[in-house]
Amino acid sequence: MSDFFTASILVATIASGIRLATPYLFASLGETIGQKSGVLNLGVDGVMLLSAFFGYWTVLERDNLWLAVAVSLVVGLVMGLIYATITVFFHATQGISGIGIFLFGLGFSELMFRRQVGTPLPVDKLPKIEIPLLADIPWLGEALFQHNPLTYAAFLAVPVVVFMLNKTTFGMNVRAVGENPQAADSLGVSVARTRFIAIVIGNTFAGLAGAALVLELGIFQQNLTNGLGFIAVALVYFGAWRPVGVMTGSLLYGLVAATVLQWKAQGIIPRGASDIASMAPAVLTILALILLANRVPAPAALTRPFARH
Amino acid sequence: MNTKHLKRMLAMLFAFTLMAAACGGSDDASSEADEATEESSETGGDESGALSMAIVAPSASEDLAFTQSMIESIEALERDVELQVTDGTFVVEDAAAAIRGYAEEGVEVIVAHGTQFGASLAEIAPEFPETTFIWGTSTDTQGLPNVFAYYPAADQGGYVNGVLAAGVSESGSIGVIGPVEAGDAVAYVNGFAAGAEANGATVNIAYTGSFSDVALMAEAAQAFLANGNDVLTGSSQAVVGAVGVSREAGIPWFGTQANQSSLDPAGVVASQVYHWEVVLEEMLALRDGGTLGGEAYEINLANGGLVIEINPDYPGAADLQATVDETVAAIVDGSITTGG
Repeated sequence: MSDFFTASILVATIASGIRLATPYLFASLGETIGQKSGVLNLGVDGVMLLSAFFGYWTVLERDNLWLAVAVSLVVGLVMGLIYATITVFFHATQGISGIGIFLFGLGFSELMFRRQVGTPLPVDKLPKIEIPLLADIPWLGEALFQHNPLTYAAFLAVPVVVFMLNKTTFGMNVRAVGENPQAADSLGVSVARTRFIAIVIGNTFAGLAGAALVLELGIFQQNLTNGLGFIAVALVYFGAWRPVGVMTGSLLYGLVAATVLQWKAQGIIPRGASDIASMAPAVLTILALILLANRVPAPAALTRPFARH
Repeated sequence: MNTKHLKRMLAMLFAFTLMAAACGGSDDASSEADEATEESSETGGDESGALSMAIVAPSASEDLAFTQSMIESIEALERDVELQVTDGTFVVEDAAAAIRGYAEEGVEVIVAHGTQFGASLAEIAPEFPETTFIWGTSTDTQGLPNVFAYYPAADQGGYVNGVLAAGVSESGSIGVIGPVEAGDAVAYVNGFAAGAEANGATVNIAYTGSFSDVALMAEAAQAFLANGNDVLTGSSQAVVGAVGVSREAGIPWFGTQANQSSLDPAGVVASQVYHWEVVLEEMLALRDGGTLGGEAYEINLANGGLVIEINPDYPGAADLQATVDETVAAIVDGSITTGG
């Protein structure tokens, strides 16, 4: 255990936790915006898979990492337009249509990968950017300020989303239509338009989550996300629909996973307990959900379609 | 028809389209099978004597690991085969449905390529006594007369990789990333550790708990690097993430199941490659003689089912072949035991 508490190992573990947390943070921030407007999106994982594949394919074909980020973002946006159309205009059941989006993303990303790529081929990863001055801080600099640009973007997005939800007219409309769409409608807020935009923004975040994942790994594979998008949905509940809470949950999930891996690598966790230890991040999330379940209410109109009468 | 009904119909149509696209992705009976069918029909199809085979596998056909090894092995068979593939069946119930579907369709030989499909096979195989099921990795056939089982002595190739790894490691510390402590993964890991430790290296092992979590494998590799390990290896289709980390760090990687040199042409030293065709030929020969199953087979270094392929692009590759030959010979003659 003493080896774990050396500076270099702690730094490596924190950096690993931040890398693992980044896709969760993007995806759960986007899901937070959608859920605050009253729309549950279980298709996050599928959107991430699609955006990850198209981002990867772009790097393979064009050798341009920033174009790949843009393509992933656009894929998320397009999927947002589709999901918003289904749920807002057609009033489809959110749970089922979200699963439909997930299945579509899972199947189509695999189909495209098989047809266009075949065998996994490595591509360039996003480069690590050292933030001037901050990166030179002993230990802390290496742990926090030597990441790729999408990692910084994910954490910078937290105050932006906080501001957007709490200080802008659009954000207030989002919260209003998520809590009481009838009242918001009676005050002249367009519930459909507000939800539509919130869903599109949320899915665009999911697109960035896919880009963050694939451009950190430098490779794509069938079902690359491995259910990451579903955990992101759980983290929204964990974070009680607050961006800072969601960030805390993402970081906790990533750091616990990184710590468990580090302990396994050092032999601190005996091999016999390896599988049980692997469940630690998920168990922690479930425990937090149980504790929070009755304390923080979900947006009152979550999953309820709205139609003017 | 009013607008409300029209919208509902459009929504249902769209949802159906989404589902259809999703299903299209997971069943690879599409391109390869279509090509095979087209090819066989040109030559007379079943009438020409082509054996109809199907694979149901948990990961992608081109995973550079477990599933790819079986597909390449069937393609290497010295007989005409009409092959259908359903891959990516990481949900056992999906795999069971695919296995049953192929059996009902009349496919003659069905490969259930995953230990986890055993319980499903125990239910399905007795219902189709004229069909041969080939199942692995497993050391026994569950007593089913129409099931052949297969298993790789992965510890043997693991041992050879371990010997090579100890030779190329400068720090003497080697990291091994396993998925779940089961099946051929644990055999490979144990064999690798035995080979490396017998040659003076320290081996550190971590199981991620998942066969498919690429990100977790990558971070496990990072954890090993932080602890001073300068050679890495691992098992499962998720190792592509870990190979990316070793490539970025410029350290050697040892592969297993399939040749992984394409993932890092300058860094992959050697791969233990599964050649299932060695035992598949024996199973099919028995089937030709009327025995539909009931035997378990092992691929190993002695029967040529396991082959250590050195990456010719790895610097110093030429010097490694003698070590491989010497170690393989010692394992085959029994003077080295590999922990399997």
